[in-house]
Amino acid sequence: MGGGDRGGGTMNIIFYIAAMVAIVSTILAISGRNAIHALLLLIVSLLSISVIFFILGAPFIAALEVIIYAGAIMVLFIFVIMMLNVGLESETESKWLRPRMWIIPSLLTFILLVDFLVTLKNMKYQEFQGQIILPKQVGISLFTTYLLGVEIAAMLLLAGIVGAYHLGRQKKKVIHRFLDSKEEILADDVGI
Amino acid sequence: MVTIPFGIQVLFAGLLFLIGLVGLLVRRNIIFMLMSIEVMFNSAGLVFIIAGSHWAQPDGQVMFIFILTVAAAEVSVGLALILQMFHHFRTLDADKLSNLKDIKTEN
Repeated sequence: MGGGDRGGGTMNIIFYIAAMVAIVSTILAISGRNAIHALLLLIVSLLSISVIFFILGAPFIAALEVIIYAGAIMVLFIFVIMMLNVGLESETESKWLRPRMWIIPSLLTFILLVDFLVTLKNMKYQEFQGQIILPKQVGISLFTTYLLGVEIAAMLLLAGIVGAYHLGRQKKKVIHRFLDSKEEILADDVGI
Repeated sequence: MVTIPFGIQVLFAGLLFLIGLVGLLVRRNIIFMLMSIEVMFNSAGLVFIIAGSHWAQPDGQVMFIFILTVAAAEVSVGLALILQMFHHFRTLDADKLSNLKDIKTEN
């Protein structure tokens, strides 16, 4: 492959480095205790996956990964953690997070990994020949072949907006003083 | 361009997915559970990108955009649900929500 010969070695090394960084930072993020630290580690993981997207020939997706995942979704997480304003450590969690508790889930997923390895080993695939796919092709495919999918995604986002607004809304406070006091008495009686 | 075999690249995505799965199984803090789900979404998208690059088709990237949309909608609704949960129960522990009893009788 003409594209494969040009600087293939350095690109491969960059791939391995980014993959190691992604795996290590994801493990640290999943096993951490402090939620903000875990989020920052997850951002490192997302950025290294973005590097991988870029060297795999998907520059548009690399940009989207940084902008939407690291930029928007993680900021949403950080906002929620700051709104909750708690020491995010719960007693059940500290009981659960002993090293012994990691054994069984890790064992189960290790079995899955072995399955996966065997499947990959038996799979027939040609030599990897990555090609750069520019945003233009992606846009043409998105708005011709997958137009219906775009419409459905738009409806999904609308449903997400409405749902998040409805669920995140605070209860309306009663300002009227008589109603307020009456409601308080009622609430005390009923025990709400 | 990368000349790493297809299997190793997919293996990397699978490792990332399994790390997210372990996190989802082990953690009880619901914010960490949501983060693990994000990791799993991301690795599924990574497989699409690898396959799209392998067969030189833009469809993989289109699918990644759809996955991104689903992840964004899921996170916004999930975080709103976490806010509601925290207002009702004053905890982020997913195990505390495992009973279908009344709030008053539970506390």
